[in-house]
Amino acid sequence: MKTRSKRRARRAFWNGIAYHGVGLGTAFFFLAPFFVTILASFRPSAESGRPPLPPWPVTGFSFDAYHTLDGFGSGIWQHTINSLIVSLGTVVLTVAISVLAGYGFSRYRFPLKNVLFVLIIATLMIPFQSILTPLFIILAKLGLNNSLFGLMLIYVTLQLPFSVFMMRNAFDAVPKEIEEAARIDGARDIKLLVRVLLPLVMPGVATVSIFAFLNAWNEFLAALVLLSSNGNYTLPVLMTAVRAGRLGAIDWGAVQAGVTVMIIPCLFVFLLLQRYYMRGLMAGAVK
Amino acid sequence: MTMPAIASSPARKRRRRSSGWQGLAYIAPAIALVTVFFVLPVIFTLWMSLHRWPLLGAPRWIGLGNYLRMFDDARFLAALGFTTHYTVVVTIAIFAIAFPLAFFVEKQRPLVSTYRTVIFLPVVVGLASASLLWVWLANVDSGLLSPLLQMLGLTERRLNLLATFDTAFLTVIVMVVWKIAGFTMIILLTGLQAIPTELTEAARIDGARPWQRFRHLTLPLMRRTLALALILSITGSILAFDQFYIMTSGGPQNRMISVVYYIFNQSFVSFNLGYGAALSIALLVILVLISVIQLWLLKVGDDRP
Repeated sequence: MKTRSKRRARRAFWNGIAYHGVGLGTAFFFLAPFFVTILASFRPSAESGRPPLPPWPVTGFSFDAYHTLDGFGSGIWQHTINSLIVSLGTVVLTVAISVLAGYGFSRYRFPLKNVLFVLIIATLMIPFQSILTPLFIILAKLGLNNSLFGLMLIYVTLQLPFSVFMMRNAFDAVPKEIEEAARIDGARDIKLLVRVLLPLVMPGVATVSIFAFLNAWNEFLAALVLLSSNGNYTLPVLMTAVRAGRLGAIDWGAVQAGVTVMIIPCLFVFLLLQRYYMRGLMAGAVK
Repeated sequence: MTMPAIASSPARKRRRRSSGWQGLAYIAPAIALVTVFFVLPVIFTLWMSLHRWPLLGAPRWIGLGNYLRMFDDARFLAALGFTTHYTVVVTIAIFAIAFPLAFFVEKQRPLVSTYRTVIFLPVVVGLASASLLWVWLANVDSGLLSPLLQMLGLTERRLNLLATFDTAFLTVIVMVVWKIAGFTMIILLTGLQAIPTELTEAARIDGARPWQRFRHLTLPLMRRTLALALILSITGSILAFDQFYIMTSGGPQNRMISVVYYIFNQSFVSFNLGYGAALSIALLVILVLISVIQLWLLKVGDDRP
């Protein structure tokens, strides 16, 4: 009896070792590239051309790579601000438009309701990569070519199918009685929506926001095609200039610094709002 | 049954009509954006694809000329072939990694949610950032991989990973697996967790071996999830652009030009806008077909539970 429980304990021990061994190995593979880049970006410029073995700065911590990066385009601040304007603008517009649409689809009856809903969702089937040329021409006709606002509108449109779907479900989950009680208290229309219902669908808003932010911050092809002047480049487009290098030489320090600037906000937002991100993913997967 | 009563009451009727317009007003901004930036562009792409459409000068109607040109365009056919090759290989690679990972993080064990989060981290950074990161790691002089391989004695000299097709392709695959596997893992995990534990327990008690349980219980019950993960992986891979543009600039001997990359080149480098539009329609048709097959697959899954 005793030996049996001992054997079982020993087996549990070895299982635990195997489990954490595999876990740590896997975690290492997925984490190492981040750590190597972030650490390497703080090496002085004399080191930045060498292989990152070891990845951390050997002869002292330095911001050389960030200074070099700042020398590209209109300066790293300008491009970071461009990226922030586009991403945060996309978040605000996406939330506003999808909250309104989600409320409309959840609470009202109107002609062609289902057709319009399917129309919005169906845009998921069509890749935006295939309509870039007309988008370019339409934005030019609207006087929005090479503008961050134009790019923002495209990103909002790309977010709509997911966001409207999420917000409609969020409003569907709010009991009608709350709305009726608020109506009796004299709250109407937009006031009712903003004051009474919006706080109740905040988890949905968080989910929609985080997806809008990450997708707008990370998008590359549309920004590459639609932005034509240097001063307007978002970070990923700026990085193509860094990647191309100057006079045939690539400054890898600047690449590491640029990658660090681009990934830190994503990791930060995700780790902070992970719960809402996963909710969105599950909603998409279950659907 | 209550319809006539409602219709006969004028007050109710008025309210319903006004609420109808109100509902439309709420969804109007969303519909306006989708119309201007999605529906119109799709129609416009179709119209452009029937013209020779230079950047400057008047477009000229050429009917199906662009579509006929496509079939004789060796570079387009090569891009199509490469994209198919890439899609098949990368999808197999992602599933080969993501499926074991999904099993690994399925059970509640110490640290399991930390492992899940860590594996998922690369999903939230951009494909462009990931490509830049890995193009540095794969660089022969300043990167990590070649010196590391040499140090470990696996290669005699420092290997220039991005110089030959096979090694460059392998590097891209490893990068994409690193970037995407966590996503596929989470999708598969939702499917795994939806399987009732009683079923697996019953099978275990009946003496089914792990492989038999996987083959005859897990896989059939995960049909819907599998179809979804598969379709997301396939459509995503067909639209690949960032990794080839940033990592290999089209690759050794221009052998890594994907379909979207080729459309980009035709439309925005050579400015053959009409031909680019026709290629876009071809891409669109391929993806819509895949979406239709997806719906059909999911439906088949419903019929045979």
